[in-house]
Amino acid sequence: MSEAVDQDILQTLRRFVEHDVIPVASDFEHRDEYPQALVDTMKQLGLFGATIPTEYGGLGLSFSTYARIIEELSRGWMSLSGVINSHLIMAFIIANAGTPEQKRRLLPGMATGEKRGGLALTEPHAGSDVQSIRTVAKRDGDNYILSGSKMFITNARHGTMLAVAAKTDPNAKPAYAGISMFAVEKNEHGPTVSRNLKKLGYKGIDTCEVVLDNLAVPAANLIGGQPGAGFKQVMSALEVGRINVAARAVGVAQAAFESAIRYSQQRVAFGKPICQHQAVQLMLADMGTRVEAARLLVQNAASRKDAGQRCDLEAGMAKLFASEACAKISLDAMRILGGYGYTQEFPVERFYRDAPLMMIGEGTNEIQSLVIARNLLERYRIN
Amino acid sequence: MKILVPFKRVPDPATTIRILPDGSGIATDNVKWVINPFDEIAIEEALRIKERLKTGEVVLMTIGQSNWQEQLRTGLAMGADRAKLIVTDKPLDTLTIARVIAKVVAEEQPRLVILGKQAIDDDSNQVGQMLAEILGWPQATFASKLEIEGDRCTVVREVDGGLETVAFPLPAVVTTDLRLNEPRYASLPGIMKARKKELKEIPIESLGLDLTPKLRVKELKAPPKRQAGRKVGSVQELVKLLHEEAKLI
Repeated sequence: MSEAVDQDILQTLRRFVEHDVIPVASDFEHRDEYPQALVDTMKQLGLFGATIPTEYGGLGLSFSTYARIIEELSRGWMSLSGVINSHLIMAFIIANAGTPEQKRRLLPGMATGEKRGGLALTEPHAGSDVQSIRTVAKRDGDNYILSGSKMFITNARHGTMLAVAAKTDPNAKPAYAGISMFAVEKNEHGPTVSRNLKKLGYKGIDTCEVVLDNLAVPAANLIGGQPGAGFKQVMSALEVGRINVAARAVGVAQAAFESAIRYSQQRVAFGKPICQHQAVQLMLADMGTRVEAARLLVQNAASRKDAGQRCDLEAGMAKLFASEACAKISLDAMRILGGYGYTQEFPVERFYRDAPLMMIGEGTNEIQSLVIARNLLERYRIN
Repeated sequence: MKILVPFKRVPDPATTIRILPDGSGIATDNVKWVINPFDEIAIEEALRIKERLKTGEVVLMTIGQSNWQEQLRTGLAMGADRAKLIVTDKPLDTLTIARVIAKVVAEEQPRLVILGKQAIDDDSNQVGQMLAEILGWPQATFASKLEIEGDRCTVVREVDGGLETVAFPLPAVVTTDLRLNEPRYASLPGIMKARKKELKEIPIESLGLDLTPKLRVKELKAPPKRQAGRKVGSVQELVKLLHEEAKLI
């Protein structure tokens, strides 16, 4: 993909964000209302096919470009990046691990956004510890019967299907060898989306509890056709998820930084704009530097993924650093805006509430740190 | 039906414009360039006509330096079929621009030329009218609604104090007003396809026109800074100040 095309794409995204998203984002967010019109425009823009291979009707964009798209969307409103994230994670799993028939059947509809996907991995008692999931899938003739419940599932209500992790062999040792992934298309029998969760931030987008009550799923929808391969399929896809979450953090941090540096030039205190006070300058310098560093870490992880390499170390570092930077920058932005930052008159309070999601979602930062340490010890092993 | 949309590249309306110290023009560093918003409405209208008629071709053109392709690509990404860049690095006046467009019209033979009523940089509001005159075609300026039936075109124009509906045969020149439509975003697949569409560069010299400008911009000046107002105590004081200080009455 040429740099010129990437630039055109990002420019279009920027226009959409400036023109359509920023003016309404806080209103939708405060009402916790699903932004149907914005999602429709995202569909027209072709975003649902962003990283789906061109042979299946997608745009086949690189993960580097994808990360910049996510950053741009999140600069306007972080929730919008969630609409495509788990959809594209599901598409990534199918494109990488699905059978040729599954790819042909599922991906073209996903690329246009007619079929909208999500990822149902987390359970009420199993988040970062994926191996301990309890949802089971029992073979029954041409079907698998799935039963269990899933938690914090983004796009569950507005999506048309979910990639569901379930144990086809609950007694497998090690436990991960018993996990399989299913492409579960919603129908009148389920899965049941039982409730939308109320959240601190990340509002407007459906994050739900999902119940699979002895739901029959055609064996043809076992991703890859072989049971027991699910854990590996998911792990590779979660690298994409981590790049996405890190890019979201960069976008929110950028937005918070922009709000702060703008306000600091307008607000006068003690006879001069507050940006001329060193206390504020120190914060601005720190914020700007952190945003830039976070962006480069994201690009580093994305370009490794583009080169077909594993990037759990790089994606983990990017996610860890960018999300912590985002939390700090959004708090610093609030300090700079003072009382106004704490009100809903300015979007900074939204950035501040959105920021913690990135520290928790797609693997908590504590788990990220463990993964990073494990990889570093492997890389620098002395004997 | 073939439709020609000539457009001008202008600074993004959101950009803060700085005038060069010598007043010869604006500082162009850090300026983001876009399709003139009125021309973008013209592109959108041309695409909608093509979509309604389910046939036809939308050809874009602009006049400028050979690296001014970006905005043509944007128009192609919106859905236009091909583009022409008339290459020159000289500033041209409105009449010369109308003559250049007329040359392209002679070669392309479109049934409709649709363009913005004015460019947002110099607000001349002349090119469409001049072009229609040169071609000897009917013109409808400030269009807020446009319908085509067979070889006839009906346009609702925004005029002072109301709307005026005019009907005329094609070929014709139409200039667009703000309320005609809301331009679409170039879709991502559109952007990728745009790279494969034809974009022809034509040196302006090959058109055989006299390019000597009849009009020259002598100087650009920023509007004077507005000064803070003053509160007066009474009507008498106000009248006195208007008479003695402002010398208005």
